[in-house]
Amino acid sequence: MTVAVVQFGGSNCDRDAVRALDHLGVDAERVWHGDGLPDDAEGIVLPGGFSYGDYLRAGAMAARAPIMEEVRAAADDGVPVLGVCNGAQIGSESGLTPGAFTTNASARFQCEPVHLRVERADTPWTAAYDEGDVIEVPIAHGEGRFEISEPAHADLVDDDRVLFRYCDPDGNVTEEANPNGSTDSVAGVLGERETVAVLMPHPERATLPDLGRSTDGAGILRAFA
Amino acid sequence: MTAYTATVTVRLKRGVLDPEAETTQQALERLGFDLSDLRSADRFEVDLDAADADEAADRAGEMAERLLANPTIHDYDVAVAER
Repeated sequence: MTVAVVQFGGSNCDRDAVRALDHLGVDAERVWHGDGLPDDAEGIVLPGGFSYGDYLRAGAMAARAPIMEEVRAAADDGVPVLGVCNGAQIGSESGLTPGAFTTNASARFQCEPVHLRVERADTPWTAAYDEGDVIEVPIAHGEGRFEISEPAHADLVDDDRVLFRYCDPDGNVTEEANPNGSTDSVAGVLGERETVAVLMPHPERATLPDLGRSTDGAGILRAFA
Repeated sequence: MTAYTATVTVRLKRGVLDPEAETTQQALERLGFDLSDLRSADRFEVDLDAADADEAADRAGEMAERLLANPTIHDYDVAVAER
């Protein structure tokens, strides 16, 4: 499988994503958004960073770049699409996933390890885990607070599309363990298809064994393996 | 065609937390100002030519729908004036 890691002006986690996927034996390449999606892309990563300088709202400009029409069409065909951090903001801004990611309740940029509870294990992104598992993956964002209307949130929960919630090391979802004030402690959600997912934490920063505290994020990227 | 300026104001929906506004309010209070609340909004002034004010407003409204506002968190309004 060749995974296209879509690079916008201001993306800065694209190389990390390629390297983490390489480590897992997944063929991946960076694709400049203006060049369009390669025909053989069998997976898509929208990487982290600060596309378009976060102008207007984080992800707003990239979400409306022409390549996103191709990404949407590929997603509709069942091609797996993962949005990480700025990629999650792009995913929600483009309507691939519900809700919005906006300014942290702290009003600060936060860069720290967090714990996530795996809410579903029967998706490509979480097949490496069991439901209820706690994984440690870092966040690095200023606009990661998940916001969603009450009816849309009810649908999200009813449809079981919450993939990860912020939790404490024991798996308890508490206010204290919610780093950014996200509604219902939501850290990652599924799109209409289970093959589309976005999350604010960075699995590619918790994959390489010599890089940091955890390799727990590898399981998420194994969806492309 | 007439030249208009369409002013699009985008603000957070009531009830959506606004940490930037809270921080700004705290800074004003540190400076000694007495205030009960503070809300922030983004204002876009769009110069465009249109057949009439309604058309100018419609086009500016579509800009808000498609880019300037995020319907999950924002409300917006449009005001049109001849330029």
